[in-house]
Amino acid sequence: MSKCKTSAEVGGMGHSVKRKEDARFIRGQGTYVDDIVRPGMVFMDIVRSPYAHAKIKSINAEKALALPGVAAVITGETLKEYNLHMMPTLMSDTQMVLPIDKVCYQAQEVAAVIATDRYSAADGVELVEVEYEPLPVVVDPHKATDPDAPIIRDDKEGQTSNHIWHWENGDKEGTEEVFQSSDVVIKQKIYLPRIHVASIETCGCVSEFDKANGKLTVWMTTQAPHAVRTVLALVAGHVGLQEDKIRIISPDIGGGFGGKVPIYPGYVIAIAASVVTGLPIKWIEDRRENLQADSFARDYHMDCEIAADKDGTLKGLRIKTLADNGYADAAANPSKYPAGMFSICTGSYDFKKAFVEVDGVYTNKPPGGVAYRCSFRVTEAVHAIERMVDLVADEIMMDAAELRMKNFIPKEAFPYKSPTGWEYDSGDYHTALQLAMDNVGYDELLKEQKEKREKGEFMGIGICSFTEVVGAGPSKDFDILGIKMFDSSEIRIHPTGKAIARFGTKSQGQGHETTYAQIIAEELGIPYTDISVEEGDTDTAPYGLGTYASRSTPTAGAAAAMACRKIKAKAQKIAAHLLEAAEEDLEWEVGKFSVKGVPEKSVTIQEIAFAAYTNHPQGLEAGLEATHYYDPPNLTFPFGSYIAVVDIDSETGEVKIRRFMAVDDCGNIINPMIVEGQIHGGLAQGLAPALFEEISYDDEGNIHGGSFMEYLVPTAVETPHWETDKTTTPSPHHPLGAKGVGESPTVGAPPAIVNAVVDALSHLGVKHIDIPMTPEKVWRAIHKQDAA
Amino acid sequence: MASRSITVTINGEARTSDVEDRLLLVHLIRDNFALTGTHIGCDTTHCGACTILLDGKAVKSCTVFAVQANGRDVTTIEGMEGEALHPLQEGFVEEHGLQCGFCTPGMIMSSKHLLDKNSSPSEDEIRWGISGNLCRCTGYQNIVKAVQYASNKLQEIDNEGGE
Amino acid sequence: MIPGSFDYHAPSSLDEAIELLGKLGEDAKILAGGHSLIPMMKLRLAEPTHLVDINGLSDLNYIKEQDGYLCIGAMTTESDLETSDLILEKYPILKDTSEVIADPLVRNLATVGGNIAHGDPANDHPATMVALNAEIVVNGPAGLLGGGKRTIPIDEFFVGPLTTALAENEILTEIRVPSSNGKSGASYIKLERKVGDYAIAGAAAALHFDGDICSKAGIALTNVGPTPVRATQAQDALVGTTITQEDAEKAGELAAAASHPVGDHRGSEEYKRAVVKVLTTRAILKAKSRAGGEK
Repeated sequence: MSKCKTSAEVGGMGHSVKRKEDARFIRGQGTYVDDIVRPGMVFMDIVRSPYAHAKIKSINAEKALALPGVAAVITGETLKEYNLHMMPTLMSDTQMVLPIDKVCYQAQEVAAVIATDRYSAADGVELVEVEYEPLPVVVDPHKATDPDAPIIRDDKEGQTSNHIWHWENGDKEGTEEVFQSSDVVIKQKIYLPRIHVASIETCGCVSEFDKANGKLTVWMTTQAPHAVRTVLALVAGHVGLQEDKIRIISPDIGGGFGGKVPIYPGYVIAIAASVVTGLPIKWIEDRRENLQADSFARDYHMDCEIAADKDGTLKGLRIKTLADNGYADAAANPSKYPAGMFSICTGSYDFKKAFVEVDGVYTNKPPGGVAYRCSFRVTEAVHAIERMVDLVADEIMMDAAELRMKNFIPKEAFPYKSPTGWEYDSGDYHTALQLAMDNVGYDELLKEQKEKREKGEFMGIGICSFTEVVGAGPSKDFDILGIKMFDSSEIRIHPTGKAIARFGTKSQGQGHETTYAQIIAEELGIPYTDISVEEGDTDTAPYGLGTYASRSTPTAGAAAAMACRKIKAKAQKIAAHLLEAAEEDLEWEVGKFSVKGVPEKSVTIQEIAFAAYTNHPQGLEAGLEATHYYDPPNLTFPFGSYIAVVDIDSETGEVKIRRFMAVDDCGNIINPMIVEGQIHGGLAQGLAPALFEEISYDDEGNIHGGSFMEYLVPTAVETPHWETDKTTTPSPHHPLGAKGVGESPTVGAPPAIVNAVVDALSHLGVKHIDIPMTPEKVWRAIHKQDAA
Repeated sequence: MASRSITVTINGEARTSDVEDRLLLVHLIRDNFALTGTHIGCDTTHCGACTILLDGKAVKSCTVFAVQANGRDVTTIEGMEGEALHPLQEGFVEEHGLQCGFCTPGMIMSSKHLLDKNSSPSEDEIRWGISGNLCRCTGYQNIVKAVQYASNKLQEIDNEGGE
Repeated sequence: MIPGSFDYHAPSSLDEAIELLGKLGEDAKILAGGHSLIPMMKLRLAEPTHLVDINGLSDLNYIKEQDGYLCIGAMTTESDLETSDLILEKYPILKDTSEVIADPLVRNLATVGGNIAHGDPANDHPATMVALNAEIVVNGPAGLLGGGKRTIPIDEFFVGPLTTALAENEILTEIRVPSSNGKSGASYIKLERKVGDYAIAGAAAALHFDGDICSKAGIALTNVGPTPVRATQAQDALVGTTITQEDAEKAGELAAAASHPVGDHRGSEEYKRAVVKVLTTRAILKAKSRAGGEK
């Protein structure tokens, strides 16, 4: 581990400085969307469908409108007048803002009530009368493409089935040959059920249209404010909104995790209503609306096959996946990647051949797919490979760690081209796994397990050695709705040596106000406490694609470094002028330039900043600032090895996590305290789907898991104590050698836990358990009964 | 709607408002009294983001009617800082016990009551004590450390006070 | 999350409260801790037009031993019960029970009386009170049929799901548990998916011993029937034995057979029965060890 280049006072990379943003949050002075109050503001609440698929026969708002306090009721017909009843999704599909003919999922928005206060709006919703004619429902994606399945998207021209797209990657024939020539072939179906990220703050907006200026301002729970602004300009340009007159403000956000990337119908209805009425409109969804209608994650049915030789050499991988998309393709993937980064599924292993195919289908459920800290389907990919590797280990009776070590891509092989076309930038998988094993006392645990087994007690050890892929992404491959996935930083140094920096990303708890300041502190030597960081206001921030998929450090963090280097280049010119020396004769030490060999002849960055406004060299522009739009040359590939130790109560099926050791490598670290916090949080969001969370639907499309009564978010009691450690393998192409990290733990934790539980029961012949591993599922696996 | 006048002493200040009988205490605090540090995170009394102290006891203000608080004492996150930050507030910063900050006021108010009842709780007791408050960002570990920090600091202050 | 409208009343005496309930009829509901009622009102599953807040009746908040009974005032909060020294020392089964109800914040307001009066077989106190052979004291209007106060044996109190023997204008005011005398021990064990959830199943065991022989047993189950289930055959099977591991397991099986679980997302019928067996066995053995002096 290298020593920090800067002092603790400057607070550059490697320092665990306390967060600047905390000051307002601990005082309850954060500004979240529901805290915003505008003069004359009214409230919006939404009428939602109880049916998963039904024709709308009539909507009667008479009783609602008769209620004092209710000002208006908006339906699809109202919006149709402005051609705003439909909108594009981020995957270039279409979805309804408000329906005209039919609803396609339970809890779909059907009408909106505008009232003077929250309580009247809620009362109004109860009084809107909607007459439905239920239609047959498609819930099982396997049946979605049956010849007699009702066509859900009959509104789309040429749509004759519920199949959306087919995507494939890899060498189909070559992989088949490998399978034919391998000693061992194992097949396993793995289902990752639908889950919901359930950030503690739900979604909402305050939309205000200033008629005099023609300017629309929307405070919104969004992780990508610029993308929202551009989409609105494209979608609502015909009603007079143009991009210079749209301001999206993403204030403090109470957790995003991907759930605040999509543009939900509620936002669009509120925006349309605020433009039409001229009144500021607040819409805040409640938790049930959030769970039942907002973007979900996972819902991948994976048929996995792995081929290996009996000496443990992994040879080939084949996965065929059915993706349940809900009624519209609205997952916020980069446009060329309908299955996200799923093809990273060869993982940390040197497979020669692989073939992956995914088919997306429509069902009568809310749309979405990548809204739970998943790095665009990497959670699915890693779950698949880490389970399959354990199945091989079990089959050939080789230790799970040994099998991994045997097949890891060696350190020397990086940059490594995977059989599905990824170029992994750097990695050292052997060291990470060894460190995890040493920390946890792997050999002693194996001994203990043997002893316990003889006494009839169930204890398991599970490993997950994942490779992640984050930092979308290079412009040649990555765009969302055509907008390339660069990101940006704009930095201005003031005369008194303080700085302001703005970014195209948007923190929802990741600590950017501190970490970006630390990057600038590292590059320029200005103390991080002297650097103000702003994000989220499209009027002032440079254009960016927002924060999700662990992309901020890889893209905007890099942009900050590059902008600093532009500033430093100009600073050098000013320093040369001040020191009356030639530029080439100067050398840089953190925070100052001095003449080579004459250290007393130096000038600080603060002095340079002052001179930029008071004594700049002739021929050079005044000021000291730079903007950089960073187009990453590649993604970054953080990785890690996690080991979970579980004890199982065989009589009830309860799983207790005794220990969880997480070794992560995200390259060079900006703030170790913040990285550790991200790991803790991500591990908890990996534990949750592994043991507790699931959203499911009955045959009529009725949701189960639509409130916190049934959607089980773990408390501090269910969450174990996390043990963390790290290795550091910098990214060779990132200006700071840094990689993203926020989603590594959600990717790595579930397979480690599943592998541990299956390991605990493997002597009974248990091969696999789908998550969530509820006590009953584990109990049944032990007592070998079929599911009820 | 009929309304009645209620007076609640909130963070030491008596404040009066005309309210419907059905107004939830959390809305009184946030909307009528414009103290928006107390948050709403669910609709089934699970998440605890709305936790405040009612006559010194930590309760979920989304599941109490404002009229029930008439004549009583309410403490919210805005009332925690005196001349200096409360050790809990300090602890959350020092131990990185918050990320997005949305659950934080509720966590701090719950922890305040916990420490009032038990000045040196074990890790298990802290986890049990905050089991009515959900967090999605931190994985709880640093929240536990923040409460331990505060417990130590408060005991230090107590000991100094006794001298 | 916004409840419907209602009129709020805050009587300051028991008589006033009873009179109000009589006057307002079936559209009125009692507001005690409010943490069963208010969540239902916020979902508009309950829409009473009147709420009678009995939190002003502070003389209903007590825990004391009197005349051979442990007497708990109906308005005693769960957190007061959980932290009572008397309960910890002599009736730890009640701490077992209260500490698994919801979460610590809910317990600061939720009342023991409310947990019982709600009549929900998923609540935890009902099974414990059945196992302890408690009595429920109820106040109603004085007049025709007596002094306005009656005592209902626990086995007559729970009539059906969310239905108890309480009349519309009666208020549950006290719970009486026969004081433990002689060698006895009791325990409540709940299996829940996470803190704050209702039970997958719960088992309460209250045992009395004559020397080493079990002389009396109360076994009751949570959330596996329309009311708390008294496992009579399991009780009978323990009496006269020294309660070995085998005896406890046998009683567990009988308790499982006596339960009527409904398959839902907390578990299938089969799984819940298996859980009843396990929890009953464990509760019996824990009760026995407490009778032997362990905590």
